Amino acid sequence: MEKDLLDIKSAATADIELILNTASSFKDVLSRDIKKVPTLRGKTAVNLFFEPSTRTKTSFELAEKRLSTDVVNFVVPTSSVAKGETLYDTIKTIESYGIDFIIIRHQCSGVPHFISRISNASVINAGDGIDEHPTQALLDAFTIKEQKGTIAGLKIAIIGDISHSRVAKSNIYCLKKLGAVIRLIAPHTLIPPGIENDVADIYHDVESGIAGMDVIMTLRIQQERQSGGFFSSTDEYFKFWGLTLKRLQKASPDVIVMHPGPMNRGVEIASEVADSRHSVINAQVTNGLAVRMAVLYLLDSARPRK
Amino acid sequence: MDLIIKNGHIVDPSQGIDFIGCVHIKNGLIIRIEKAVSAVMPEITPPEITKVIDASGLYIFPGLFDMHTHLREPGFEYKETIKSGTRAAVRGGFTSVCCMPNTKPVNDNETVTEFIVKKSLSEGFCNVFPIGAITKRQEGSELAEMGMMKDAGCVAFSDDGRPVGDSLLMRRALEYSKVFSSPIISHAEDLSLSNDGVMNEGYLSTTLGLRGIPAASEVIAIKRDIELAALTGGRLHIAHVSTAGGVRAIREAKRDGIAVTAETCPHYFHLTEAEAVGYNTAAKVNPPLRTIKDVEAVRQGLIDGTIDVIATDHAPHHRDDKICEFDGAAFGISGLETAFSLSFALVKEGVLPLNELIEKMTIRPSQILKLNKGTLKDGADADIVIVDLNKDFIIDPEQFVSKGKNTPFGGRRLSGLPVMTLCKGMVKYHFNNSIIMDGI
Repeated sequence: MEKDLLDIKSAATADIELILNTASSFKDVLSRDIKKVPTLRGKTAVNLFFEPSTRTKTSFELAEKRLSTDVVNFVVPTSSVAKGETLYDTIKTIESYGIDFIIIRHQCSGVPHFISRISNASVINAGDGIDEHPTQALLDAFTIKEQKGTIAGLKIAIIGDISHSRVAKSNIYCLKKLGAVIRLIAPHTLIPPGIENDVADIYHDVESGIAGMDVIMTLRIQQERQSGGFFSSTDEYFKFWGLTLKRLQKASPDVIVMHPGPMNRGVEIASEVADSRHSVINAQVTNGLAVRMAVLYLLDSARPRK
Repeated sequence: MDLIIKNGHIVDPSQGIDFIGCVHIKNGLIIRIEKAVSAVMPEITPPEITKVIDASGLYIFPGLFDMHTHLREPGFEYKETIKSGTRAAVRGGFTSVCCMPNTKPVNDNETVTEFIVKKSLSEGFCNVFPIGAITKRQEGSELAEMGMMKDAGCVAFSDDGRPVGDSLLMRRALEYSKVFSSPIISHAEDLSLSNDGVMNEGYLSTTLGLRGIPAASEVIAIKRDIELAALTGGRLHIAHVSTAGGVRAIREAKRDGIAVTAETCPHYFHLTEAEAVGYNTAAKVNPPLRTIKDVEAVRQGLIDGTIDVIATDHAPHHRDDKICEFDGAAFGISGLETAFSLSFALVKEGVLPLNELIEKMTIRPSQILKLNKGTLKDGADADIVIVDLNKDFIIDPEQFVSKGKNTPFGGRRLSGLPVMTLCKGMVKYHFNNSIIMDGI
């Protein structure tokens, strides 16, 4: 293991597997009556969020607390940074508190890598721009493994805004490393340039794309993509690319449906699908906690001791 | 004061000179070049007041001419000043630089032009030729006072960095500037297509999660401006060509007889988008570094004459503008102090003959701007650079005299070092006192 978790694209497959296996043990902890362990007592984590986030921040915060880490939340509204402190100074200030983990979410890609270069703490990428969201991919892989037993050989479709989705990118890298067969489904405007170098199997028609899939990941469609000209309306998007029960019938009979949240019911996913027996969306949330505990634990052992 | 530079290998493409000889200078002007192996003391002045520079084993070129520099003054003196920028110029072998108008205030009127001219005369190490803005405040809505700026010293007009988006206004600029016979320099970029991109669009930008600027953003703008040049008969110069499509468009336009010239910069014939890996802000530049195919096309454009000029697009920035997230980092590379050696690498690689390289860095830009520079002809200002083409060195940005240490070339081993730069016969830069000078 490295001291940081910056992205999945450069992560070793063995490390991914180690995280997933470790997460299983922490999931056991989470099913106990007393859910807290003293593993990281005396360690300090800063949740440094430059973008609004409820789920990921809550998940990290709970994971830290379950491991007895001291937690500081540093929520930075973009506006005050724009007029004031540089990112460099923010990090150096936080570093001076003597902290062990920086969990960073930022609207600019590469910020975790930048922080990693200037900080001795373990840096965990909680989502950077349109680059990566590694812990989301890890919890997705954990969930798939839990549901299907194995990942190798599974047919997995990712539907939606691939162009602007850090979740999609981390998942592509992660699931490929674990041996899954990946397919992307999206309108041409939401397929990023050159992605065929990573995933050659690209569909633009959702009905034929879904056929025979074992796992379907839907991605959040953001309203601002409409004004950006990536599609014409959410209604039209739903009509052509929304995941409906009818379309789902084309998939493998025991298909599982995933979504990183927050969902737009009636845009990328029909309400009936989200609540169907195929949906593992709530399991993803629970597993997120276990996976993040595993990441914190493993990175802490990888960090050089003072 | 008289000066003789003796026994150097003189290359002056403006008059087809390529031999070992001596350059005679009097009162800051070149009075004679003679093909000779040893300098016989001239008759014109008593020998005791003639100073002799021994350039044995060295090359003598007309002082290099950079038609695309950002000196940042007025307004951004923390990034660069006229003094520090021209000092960097002479260290890089340049004796003339043209400074772009994106200062604060913008150089869009004669008062700012006069300020730059005066400041350059009092503090500058070399000749400074300002380039005025095409539109007021570079806002792309109203033409700036080109005539008055021309009278005050501007040699061309450009909205560099903030291209004129309105095709009608660009048409007017090309038409209106004809009476002043000043070229319009196009920073060719379709900003709507660039869409706040920060690097070249492609698989790599997807991998890094950075917004891409497609090559089409440059190519469309070049093609538009070529059509407008054809329509108006105006003189168009395309700045910093970075794409294969752009080179192709310019090549075709020249074949069709349209009055267009073009420049590129060392980073576009040496580097690719791969420099951005690791979110390396030193490699963030506009237009962005492209692909190996583009690099090859730019080199081909230099070879076949499609690209007339090698310029620096010297864009110095303060360290704070680069030590940050990639999206937030400033665009630009500090180029004056590396441009010659990086360009000379083309000669070493067999891409260009030496005299063609020197032409693209001396007489060509001067001709485009209708100036009597970049030449060692009798009567011209004695703007001269003496270069040790065999001197190897490693680029160390911390040694730059420019305030901008921002370069992706740090650590690169190069050869071809300017060792002495003279402007109007005065020594403005001398590397480590490495040349023997008698009588000085």
